[in-house]
Amino acid sequence: MLMGLFNNWVVVVLMMIGLYIVIAHGNLIKKIVGLTIFQTSVFIFYISMAKVDGGTAPILMANVTKYANPLPHVLILTAIVVGIATTALALALTVRIKEAYSSIEEESIQEQNTKQASERDELDSRSEQY
Amino acid sequence: MALLVVIAIEITRLKDLFAVVMLTGIYGLVSASFFVLMDAVDVAFTEASVGAGISTLLMLVVISLTQRSEHPVRYRPFGALLVVMLTGGMLIYGTLDMPYMGAGDAPIHIHIAPRYLNDSMQEVGVVNVVTAVLASYRSFDTFGELVVIFTAGIGVSALLMKAGHRDDKKQAGSINDSMHKQHLILRIVSKIMLPFIMLFALYVQFHGDYGPGGGFQAGVIFAAAIILYALLFGLTSAHRVINQTTSQLVAAFGVLLYGSVGLVSLLNGGNFLDYNVLASNPVSGQHLGILFIELGVGITVASVMITIFFNFAGRQVPQKNKDS
Repeated sequence: MLMGLFNNWVVVVLMMIGLYIVIAHGNLIKKIVGLTIFQTSVFIFYISMAKVDGGTAPILMANVTKYANPLPHVLILTAIVVGIATTALALALTVRIKEAYSSIEEESIQEQNTKQASERDELDSRSEQY
Repeated sequence: MALLVVIAIEITRLKDLFAVVMLTGIYGLVSASFFVLMDAVDVAFTEASVGAGISTLLMLVVISLTQRSEHPVRYRPFGALLVVMLTGGMLIYGTLDMPYMGAGDAPIHIHIAPRYLNDSMQEVGVVNVVTAVLASYRSFDTFGELVVIFTAGIGVSALLMKAGHRDDKKQAGSINDSMHKQHLILRIVSKIMLPFIMLFALYVQFHGDYGPGGGFQAGVIFAAAIILYALLFGLTSAHRVINQTTSQLVAAFGVLLYGSVGLVSLLNGGNFLDYNVLASNPVSGQHLGILFIELGVGITVASVMITIFFNFAGRQVPQKNKDS
């Protein structure tokens, strides 16, 4: 009987895997992949909500009375294309970060940032002395 | 469904980013087939072309620009695991209250869907209800999404556009030439395929009223054809077909086409994007409006995708020159 909720559980598991990748992995591309998984889990959630037992795809036909709910389909259809556009933007940022830091690992980026900051502080304190 | 989980876990485990990206493509394809099972044909169509096609391609290009393998994580991410487990546990507890899948009396099926399903035939006269909702009932929403896509295209261009690209054109050409002397079979087969891909894109574009399809899918498929061409015959010859400035202008034209349909209906005495006033017969007015709007969507999506790809790929060439 609880099998009716199976889809929801898979959605939760996928969502958590995506979240885990985003939190635990330092590589920026891997993080973007994690976001994609998270995103797809939401899509699956919406689409499984729209399903009606015994219904067909929402294209009107004679002799058919039961259809799946078209509204979530519309929302997700546009969301997928918007999702790829934003992913492309994230990838573009990654490329720029690679060019600026010659690394796409979070740790080494942070290291470089702190090093730069400390150098700047040193310079500041020196200029104050003079 | 279990397959999806397996793939996702494998993605987490692997360090080779190339394999990760390939698995992401498979993940997209599997979820597309899941959408077909759930009767969401339009969505499956989009996911198959976007998730398995374009996004894999873009990520591959980015990997070739950056690095192939991921550094091993130095600390054990117990904190992250704890957070994830907690959130997941709470979410699963939340699902216990949800209606079962496929139940026809769930709240989502009672509120507005019956109106779309019962009345859209008289009001819009389009067989595919998804198209009717997308292009007519929720056309404001779709307009907003189109503008988001357009903005993302501009953003990618702004981030990756290179300043002096005139002088390295010749070198880029030589790289391309050496590349497409090889892969003769691939080249010929895809040359035969290309017209059919484009024809299919047009079919999807204009058949969206009667079957699954529409501007979004058609745009992505059309862009995929151009990108395939660029991959096999080199960027220079693809630029000869559509250069970057043109594709940006065309993207803007698509958004403007969509907006001007709204303005025309405003001038004819209706509301913004109210197609009933476009023709003497409301239903044929709706048909006209949907046709133009889907065209605007298709044009913008296709050219934004092409612009994004050109920007990424154009970035690659000067870097290679630097290395050699």
